[in-house]
Amino acid sequence: MGDPAITVEGLGKRYLLGELDALRGMRMLAARAGAMLRGEPAARRGDRNEIWALRDVSFEVRRGEVMGIIGANGAGKSTLLKILSRITRPTTGHARIDGRVGSLLEVGTGFHPELTGRENVFLNGAILGLKRAEIRARFDEIAAFSGVERFLDTPVKHYSSGMHTRLAFAVAAHLDPEILIVDEVLAVGDATFQKRCLEKISEVSDAGRTVLLVSHRMDAVRRLCRTVMLLEQGAIVFKGEPEAAIGRYLGDAGLIASLGDRGSDPGKPAHIRSAQLVGPQGAPSTVLSRGQPATVELVYEINRKVEGAYVFARLFNKDDVSIFATSDCDTSDALSRGRVPGTYRASFALPTGLLNEGDYWINFWIGMPFNITHDRVPNALRFHVHEPRTFGGPDYIRSRGVIVQEIEWNTERAP
Amino acid sequence: MNARFTEIRPYRPFAFADLTELWERRDLIWILALRDIRTRYKQSVFGIAWVMVPPLLTACIFYVLFGILLGPGQRPTVPGVPYILSTFCALVPWQLFATSLRYSGNSLVSNRSLISKVYFPRLVVPIAPIVVALADFAVALVVLFALMIAYGLAGDFRFDPGARLLLLPVFAFLAAMTSLGLSLWSSALSAVYRDFSFLSPFTIQILMYLTPVLYTYDSIAHSLGQETLAVYGLNPMVAAVEGFRWALLGGAPPDAQLILSAMAVNAVLLLGGIIFFHRMEQTIVDVI
Repeated sequence: MGDPAITVEGLGKRYLLGELDALRGMRMLAARAGAMLRGEPAARRGDRNEIWALRDVSFEVRRGEVMGIIGANGAGKSTLLKILSRITRPTTGHARIDGRVGSLLEVGTGFHPELTGRENVFLNGAILGLKRAEIRARFDEIAAFSGVERFLDTPVKHYSSGMHTRLAFAVAAHLDPEILIVDEVLAVGDATFQKRCLEKISEVSDAGRTVLLVSHRMDAVRRLCRTVMLLEQGAIVFKGEPEAAIGRYLGDAGLIASLGDRGSDPGKPAHIRSAQLVGPQGAPSTVLSRGQPATVELVYEINRKVEGAYVFARLFNKDDVSIFATSDCDTSDALSRGRVPGTYRASFALPTGLLNEGDYWINFWIGMPFNITHDRVPNALRFHVHEPRTFGGPDYIRSRGVIVQEIEWNTERAP
Repeated sequence: MNARFTEIRPYRPFAFADLTELWERRDLIWILALRDIRTRYKQSVFGIAWVMVPPLLTACIFYVLFGILLGPGQRPTVPGVPYILSTFCALVPWQLFATSLRYSGNSLVSNRSLISKVYFPRLVVPIAPIVVALADFAVALVVLFALMIAYGLAGDFRFDPGARLLLLPVFAFLAAMTSLGLSLWSSALSAVYRDFSFLSPFTIQILMYLTPVLYTYDSIAHSLGQETLAVYGLNPMVAAVEGFRWALLGGAPPDAQLILSAMAVNAVLLLGGIIFFHRMEQTIVDVI
């Protein structure tokens, strides 16, 4: 620990959404000229749809420090790394990096399927900043580390995706930079491979190198980093001990995994007694990974025979947008015809695969729509969904959706 | 990897690219060129033969066309040199120019997955295709020599080498530089406005007619007025192609004025191109 390796002051990045500014400018000009010729008043220039992906970010990373950056999708993590890797320029502020930088925003950038493993090692190494002589000197080590020596003269299009990743990571692992910038490289590959990545990163940091790491994997952040920075909507909201940052990110406060027993209420025909959100381990959870199985469980009592009633659950996000509403008669009407007195346990699987990163809550309601409310519990459960993986493309685009869905595109280059 | 100190600052519209850094990363130019050379003719039966098929066919087509239009003895060629040889000879530097402009002009778009994930001096991207085109040029040169020998053996052409042959690389270099100058503009523009990707093949075609490739400079010099000819001479490829043909096949040497104006135009294209490219390069990742 010593002098700063990375100094960032007042960094900001603005993106203009929608059409390119200059292109819009030209179209506007054409539209105005047309309007003038027809003698109509010229159309006013519309608001520029801009977004600050990063706003006034200042921090320092000392030499030998391993700093983690966490935050929801769209919080500005990737933008920050892109600026520090010099891929894009900031709109405001400046940064100074003292030392040779190796930045890995992706494993295997530039790999060409038609080239052999050997040729790709040279290509990838040169792209990442090694000289040919340096690659030649490290080649045997890279080959041994990758474990695909036997296939080095085969075009990589014949590689399995595991071999592909191993070879690419082998090159990256031999960059030997003074400052390593890593983005979610850990999200690819199988468990063994991920473990190896983590080992390599801790090796780098043990050697006294500076590491800046963005990850969604809290266990990795906890293990590797001494300082963690939490970004929210483009700004640093917390910087300090990993536990404190992670706790704050996952937002333990205010989340409700289980609605305690509300007791009986014989005065009402129907009464909600308890509810809980059960995570994949079978225990009540407040934090879910997107796509992880989770079950909403509800216990209610029927005190008198009730006809025509439904049990509803409705999911909201933190912007008060109703994500979906469902009733226990979605698939069969039998229950609504009549419920005899007794205690009922109901449950449904929460479609967590759809839920974008953020906080959610569930309201419960028993009654007849537009007619009678027997019982209702707003805000019964509150939980957080975090995104375990990274998508291609800029995060801030995804953060603009209510739901999230990985969508396969078909794009062909027109002849 | 980058130099010891890296300063990261906001976009500056008028700045010159860091050429020292470019020089440090020259290995990358070579390796990217090698990648393109190795992968370009994969899965094609004729492979590198494609370098000579288009110029040979072009020369043959115009041989027939001019024969019909102007009569067999009237084809626009260097005196004492068969038309096909004279035209193929001009097509060699022309192809160098056209091939590199075609690939280089689209290079930022075709390498966008690279430039959005890793930093390296962006100038590497439009320069690498010119190295590829130089490899093609070397192959075409061999074919050109073979053609000269064949015509020589048939007695239709007498090779008369002189000191002017030493200037051959200079004119080839002039063609490559013209291409680089235009590529800097075209690659940066087409990354932002794809319109330029559509415009570029068309521009290359028009430029070919505005360059003495299918005809000689002398054959039109008489029909054009003094001013028109000066404007025509602003195209640096006029001097490059005409000089190349003269250095190899002889005939009237190109005007010194023509060569000077080509160099001046080239210098403006290149220096302006570097500034413009650098200006666009800083924001290109956000829009590409």
